Amino acid sequence: MMKVEDAKVEAGPDIFSVEDLRIEAQIGGRWAEIVKGISFQLKRGEVLGLVGESGAGKSTIGLAALGNVKQGCRIAGGRVSFRGQDLFASPENIRRKLRGTRIAYVAQSAAASFNPAKRLMDQVTEAAVKRGGQSKAEAKRNACRLFRALQLPDPEIFGDRYPHQVSGGQLQRAMAAMALICEPDLIVFDEPTTALDVTTQVEVLMAVRNAIETFGVAAIYITHDLAIVAQMADRIAVLRYGEIVEQGPTNQILENPRHSYTRSLWAVREILTEPSQKTRTLLRVDRVSAFYGLLQVLDDVSLEIGRAETVALVGESGSGKSTLGRLIAGLKEPESGSVTFDGVSCPPSVSTRSKELLRRIQIIYQSADTALNPRHTVRKIIGRPLSFYHGATGENREARIGELLKLVELDPAFADRLPGQLSGGQRQRVAIARALAANPELIVCDEITSALDQIVQADILKMLVSLQEKLGISYLFITHDIATVKAIANHVVVMHRGQIVEQGPKADVLSPPHPEYTQLLLSSVPEMTSGWLDKVISDRRKLAAA
Amino acid sequence: MKSAYSPIFRLIAGRLALGILSLVIVSLVIFLAVSMLPGDFATATLGRSATPETVAAFRERLGLDLPWYLRYFAWLGHAIAGDFGQSFSGRPVGQIIGPRLLNTLYLAALTALVAVPLAVGLGIVAALYRNRLPDRMLSAASLASISVPDFFFAYVLMLLLAINLGLFPTLASIRPSMGWDDKLYRMALPVLTLTLVILAHMMRNTRAAIISIMSRPFIEMAKLKGESPFSIVVHHALPNAIGPIASVVAINLAYLVAGVVVIEVVFVYPGIGQTMVDAVRNRDIPVIQACALIFSVTYILLNMIADIVSIVSNPRLLHAR
Amino acid sequence: MALSSMWRQRAADATRPGLLATIRRIPPTAWFGFAVILLYGGAALLAPWVAPYGENEVVSQTPFAPWGAEFWLGTDQLGRDFLSRIIFGARNSIGIALVTTILAFLIGGTLGIVAATMRGWTDQILSRLVDSLMSIPDLIFTLMLLAIFGSSVFNLIVIIAVIDATRVFRLARASAFNVVTLEFVEAAEARGEKLPWLVRQEILPNILPVLVSEFGLRFCFVFLSIAALSFLGVGLQPPMAEWGSMVRDNAALISSGDITPLIPAAAIALLTVGVNFVADWYLNETGGLSHDEG
Repeated sequence: MMKVEDAKVEAGPDIFSVEDLRIEAQIGGRWAEIVKGISFQLKRGEVLGLVGESGAGKSTIGLAALGNVKQGCRIAGGRVSFRGQDLFASPENIRRKLRGTRIAYVAQSAAASFNPAKRLMDQVTEAAVKRGGQSKAEAKRNACRLFRALQLPDPEIFGDRYPHQVSGGQLQRAMAAMALICEPDLIVFDEPTTALDVTTQVEVLMAVRNAIETFGVAAIYITHDLAIVAQMADRIAVLRYGEIVEQGPTNQILENPRHSYTRSLWAVREILTEPSQKTRTLLRVDRVSAFYGLLQVLDDVSLEIGRAETVALVGESGSGKSTLGRLIAGLKEPESGSVTFDGVSCPPSVSTRSKELLRRIQIIYQSADTALNPRHTVRKIIGRPLSFYHGATGENREARIGELLKLVELDPAFADRLPGQLSGGQRQRVAIARALAANPELIVCDEITSALDQIVQADILKMLVSLQEKLGISYLFITHDIATVKAIANHVVVMHRGQIVEQGPKADVLSPPHPEYTQLLLSSVPEMTSGWLDKVISDRRKLAAA
Repeated sequence: MKSAYSPIFRLIAGRLALGILSLVIVSLVIFLAVSMLPGDFATATLGRSATPETVAAFRERLGLDLPWYLRYFAWLGHAIAGDFGQSFSGRPVGQIIGPRLLNTLYLAALTALVAVPLAVGLGIVAALYRNRLPDRMLSAASLASISVPDFFFAYVLMLLLAINLGLFPTLASIRPSMGWDDKLYRMALPVLTLTLVILAHMMRNTRAAIISIMSRPFIEMAKLKGESPFSIVVHHALPNAIGPIASVVAINLAYLVAGVVVIEVVFVYPGIGQTMVDAVRNRDIPVIQACALIFSVTYILLNMIADIVSIVSNPRLLHAR
Repeated sequence: MALSSMWRQRAADATRPGLLATIRRIPPTAWFGFAVILLYGGAALLAPWVAPYGENEVVSQTPFAPWGAEFWLGTDQLGRDFLSRIIFGARNSIGIALVTTILAFLIGGTLGIVAATMRGWTDQILSRLVDSLMSIPDLIFTLMLLAIFGSSVFNLIVIIAVIDATRVFRLARASAFNVVTLEFVEAAEARGEKLPWLVRQEILPNILPVLVSEFGLRFCFVFLSIAALSFLGVGLQPPMAEWGSMVRDNAALISSGDITPLIPAAAIALLTVGVNFVADWYLNETGGLSHDEG
């Protein structure tokens, strides 16, 4: 099937092209180029993947494809042509009439992008009725057909609902329906699955892929996730700082990347740790249950963490994994059950724990933006645990701050900076240094790399592993990302709806046979091979048929 | 089906209960404040020559000899029935404030009629021309209106329109015997001043409400769907703005209630604000209590209406899962 | 391993804005505000030396003397020099408003931060109390309390401060609450820090810009309230020179087209505009609005 697609793609003329596009943004009162002369072409039915990290200019290019620039940005040069028509040379009302009918857009957050005051049907059919030349009844029939094609539940009455009445994954598919309603020539997908859980993501991916194939529409698929773009795109363009560093057919980019930046993106997925033998137990969580009000978030959970071991706690949002981490750190009291650290029972809350115990268990948060006091310098942030736990003062303390900064691979001169003057990765390194300052034995890492770009993520994971080797620290690594688990875990614990579904050494958990949920979770994680999604689709069809 | 609507009813019921609770607390505060009267109040009011008997009689007239909760319920019961007792001047409070209350409501209603459509309209215009000339003018005007004392506006308008141009009378002394056209003519200046006093504030809040909606992603999405700027405002932003704008209006009308006091004094308008100020100067406690209660009840009711409107206009609550 | 790659992340040209750069960025509106505040502050402090005559000195036989070389702005209803009374009025009005605002911030700010940090019952009780006090319109509440306690300077200060403290409480509680929910405060709690550290080191530095800027705005509000009360004849009492009561006492002049009574009102407006400009600039400069940019 892919072969047929390829052949069709190569035949037609370009339907859309970007030539030497330059876009400037106003940064601190000056105009700076954020898209630096990029070019690409799309043929009818072709899907181009735009891959890059945050700040690469992906979304800006996506909007430019609709003849639109964000506020505070301007076109500095180049052409964006749709069927030979230069979009930015045309007046706004011409561009406006193309939008939603010939060129459609699917935004990252469907929940925020649907108007909360209007029914889904009215929003999905709006462009078709007002500008697409369809009658109201006709547009409604088309919408129902699309709802069915996108596997939405009760397609006949789905459109009667308001956005807040359906789930996130369904909304994202409804947005795809909104984009397809006029059978456009081009759709721009801007990170359409980033806000979703993996098991939901795979459903949306399947639906979107089916729709693209059925309607033969060309698409620009923007994402930071290589595994996803490998499933969706015929060709991939790798972006960095507003420039295309490499462009080519998906298979070539996947198997034979030429540019070093592309290769470094790939290298992120390498495995850093081997499953270890069982070490002496450091922390034991025994039959713990916890509630938020009446809602049970942890249900009879038990696990162990050994010395100098990394236990990865995996689950989707709402699985209770973060609550478990907070409970271990003493920030959430359990309803029943116990936590034992180094053979001694832990009091349930921070206020009842000894300073020594608090020192030995540290926590690092997902977002270093909010986890570091914006009005404290790095020196104060790292220095406080030094004086608080160890009574360090003066030169002694200063020397230790320098050592810690070096340990997390930062220049000691950073000590005088405020968090606002650091990049996201640097901030997370400071947060790690703050935890290390206590000389802890266990660090609870709550999604600490998920807000970071992949290359930064890989650097920090590598650093954590080498710190573990140097200092013998144990990690409880809370994450939703299976690639991270594969990279650094010794031991894996899978959580679902407050319960532990499966736990054991990495090799055991990640290889079959699996309990049902682990199977669903693992099979939903996109792989870097181009045929993965096809395989999942056919597997699930078989399963549904059986 | 009934259960699907219950969250919104529960919220409204909750808000009503809260409103009633504030009414009770406020009436209690207003009532008890009198009990905080310094000990020599009776003597001070009656003069040094007062005999112990007259002081006792005075205290009895205030009801100060009964337990406070009995006095409170009696006072509240009478107040609800429209009987606010006797003023220190001997006339029933109801007789003093009754007709003046109507005058004040008349003034406030006229002002609202002029100010609300004007402010909401201009606020929307300012939001649409954000950071352009109309908007900058608005922000200068609203700075002026929060900086300038109300009586300054009043006297400047009086000086310009009444004295220099002779368009309106300087004083707004209306009598029940006047025809409505004569009343309107005399009330023009107070209405204009009050409009100016609340206009900028209401405009600014309307603008902020619209801008906060215009910056939501679904507006961007509507734009990327090819909707025209007009359609974006009318079909996408306004349905979401009804709640915020309604509460802006209600809150500003509540503000009008207090603003009315100064303006009535400037223009010698026979309203309840003027009455209250006179009562404060004479320390005529029963009149003050009655006025304070009326002002506070109006204020609380308007705020409650604002909250209920924003509950009712929220699609998430209106169309429950 | 080369030395250069030893620290992956180098602290390159960290350009931190110096004092000079900050001063250079001050917009003209804020300069104007500073100038006004300086002028008023000077007048208030130096009133006895700057004013041509005394505060309550009757210098003219005829009341409402016209403007002239002897009395620049004429005289008031009792034959006192108008200009001198405006200058002394600065001292009285500004001094009382300042004391009132400081008191309001001490009460409202402290309780607000305590409520946000302690949460639970403390917060519930304080918040409900403030809510019900706020459901009486400010001016009406003040009028009622003044009637009960009498219009002395002390009463005026305490009554307005307590009523204004409810607004300060709301703001202090809300901004402290926003900070308390951030993870760096939780991180400090997890470290074992006690309440004084949390308030002084983690919360206060983050809400201070908002509070300082609000101080300016509240000062204006208090200033206007006192002027309005004096204008109504229930605020500062004669013979004390106060701008609001000066408008009231000389209002009769307006009907003959004389703008003299408007001068104290304009003086009030000028100061509040100036303070507003400075407060706006300060809030922008300290990044108190940074969350609005996103």
